[in-house]
Amino acid sequence: MTLASALKTGDLTQLPSRRDEDWRWTDLRGLIRAVPPASPPVDGEVAAGPFDGLAADEILFVNGRQRHAAAGDAGDVVALRFVSATEGAAHAAAYAIVVEPDTTLVLLESHEGRAGGYFSDVTLDIAVGEGARVERIVLVDDHAEAIDVVTAEVDLAPGATFNQTVLTTGARRQRVETRINHPGAHAKVRLDGVYILENQRHADQTTVVTHGGVDGITSQLTKGVVDDQARGVFQGRIVVQPGADQTDARMGHHALILSDKAEVDAKPELLIFADDVACAHGNTIGALDDQQIFYARQRGIPEVEAKAMLTQAFLGEVVERIEHDGAREIAAAWVAARLGRAE
Amino acid sequence: MLKIENLHATVGDKPILKGLTLDVPAGEVHAIMGPNGAGKSTLSYVLTGRGGYEVTEGSATLNGEDLLALEPNERAAKGVFLSFQYPLEIPGVPALTFIRTALNAQRRARGEDEIAAPAFLKLAKEKAAALKIDFDMLKRGLNVGFSGGEKKRMEILQMAMLSPKFLILDETDSGLDIDALKIVSEGVNALRAPDRGMLVITHYQRLLDYIKPDRVHVLAAGRIVASGGPELALQLEAEGYDKYTSAAA
Repeated sequence: MTLASALKTGDLTQLPSRRDEDWRWTDLRGLIRAVPPASPPVDGEVAAGPFDGLAADEILFVNGRQRHAAAGDAGDVVALRFVSATEGAAHAAAYAIVVEPDTTLVLLESHEGRAGGYFSDVTLDIAVGEGARVERIVLVDDHAEAIDVVTAEVDLAPGATFNQTVLTTGARRQRVETRINHPGAHAKVRLDGVYILENQRHADQTTVVTHGGVDGITSQLTKGVVDDQARGVFQGRIVVQPGADQTDARMGHHALILSDKAEVDAKPELLIFADDVACAHGNTIGALDDQQIFYARQRGIPEVEAKAMLTQAFLGEVVERIEHDGAREIAAAWVAARLGRAE
Repeated sequence: MLKIENLHATVGDKPILKGLTLDVPAGEVHAIMGPNGAGKSTLSYVLTGRGGYEVTEGSATLNGEDLLALEPNERAAKGVFLSFQYPLEIPGVPALTFIRTALNAQRRARGEDEIAAPAFLKLAKEKAAALKIDFDMLKRGLNVGFSGGEKKRMEILQMAMLSPKFLILDETDSGLDIDALKIVSEGVNALRAPDRGMLVITHYQRLLDYIKPDRVHVLAAGRIVASGGPELALQLEAEGYDKYTSAAA
């Protein structure tokens, strides 16, 4: 039941639908009436990606086909790019990453829509070895008419660290899903997200973290802003399996709704089957504070600028958690630009 | 400078200001005193254009320009500054960023060039030192975690940086200990100038020991019911507002 299998077989019944509990806010079956033709290969030059200049090595997919492979001993900062270049066509890509024990990887991943109305499915398998450290930054810049599903399966070894920040502006339907097998044993996970949605865009950030052993840490913070008729979806599930004692898991999701017709659907879930754990979640959905807006306007800042400034500050808390300096600066500039503010 | 004539304003459907008339010439400091509920804060919000306050009659002009027709940010660019009774906390926006954004927005609105970063920082360091504000505090979220006194000093710093033409101080003394009150008052007094007017709104006479007014007005039940020199404030402190509230009712 995935977009990839439907694209491969042409069988629409393979699409996830609202009857699937985990997809009820991101219905693909009801949206897609026909499977579009497969995307053609593209030979031409591809413009630079959003993390250009930061990475020593680049792995590039165009229309689901891999162009550049990383060298065998890729550096510790790698750009992973998925470019969709053909309107009205569909493609799927899969890629596996193995991070050797006690090494470091900064993965700068981008999903770049360079055409309208494409279908893209990307599946990643990331295995993080014992004591290794990964920071994955994902920038998703889809076309407004695109349908895009990105799924990552992350397997952590004991003592591994996995930090992730997903930043997205949505699409016609878009889902970024991260599933993490967390062994405990002092492994650490930071799992963050930002969504900025306008017009009729839709973005779904879904995460599942399964704590299977003692002494695991998960810290999650997702913030979003929705305007016009846009729809943001956050589903965060943390499972603490029997025996995974001393798990420390914290989840926060906070959204701003800037218009009467915008919508946010949030489902935080903590499923705890162990004793002696610290688990907490906070979920808030609200509007910008009128008093803060008036205060800024009284000092001379026009209303639109005041709102953008306050929104940027709201999202800034997530961006600040990015450790890699260059990536954090690019993410901050990306957010500012989406809110119509120069850095 | 500031001329208010027969001003009527409602909050919700409730009339709060009921024919307020006041004239503050350039170079003067006027104090408005009055009991709780007289309309002191409403006056400051009506003059600055806060939502939820509706003017039903009367006018307010600054140097002949109709304030009531302008957006709050346009009024600020014309030189109206309100020091809030309860300054807002703005997490995630460093004070320096906030003030620079405000200053440049005002300058753009007046058709002036934006201030360059080095000149801005130099000015901020100078003004902060005069108000005994640790410069590192300006790099933190505006007013976040600040004490009452620090927040009021931050208001005066913004005032000094934005250099407005007309200042409204709404209960600036509330929440201040004596040391903070002195620093804040010195900051305000430093801004006294022949081309600048001030309206000092206060419940207590204490602030007026430090910021000496040229005129004192009593606001009760939405109107100015008495005006006089600085001695009126002392008289109010001694006698209370009783005779004005019963007369106005």
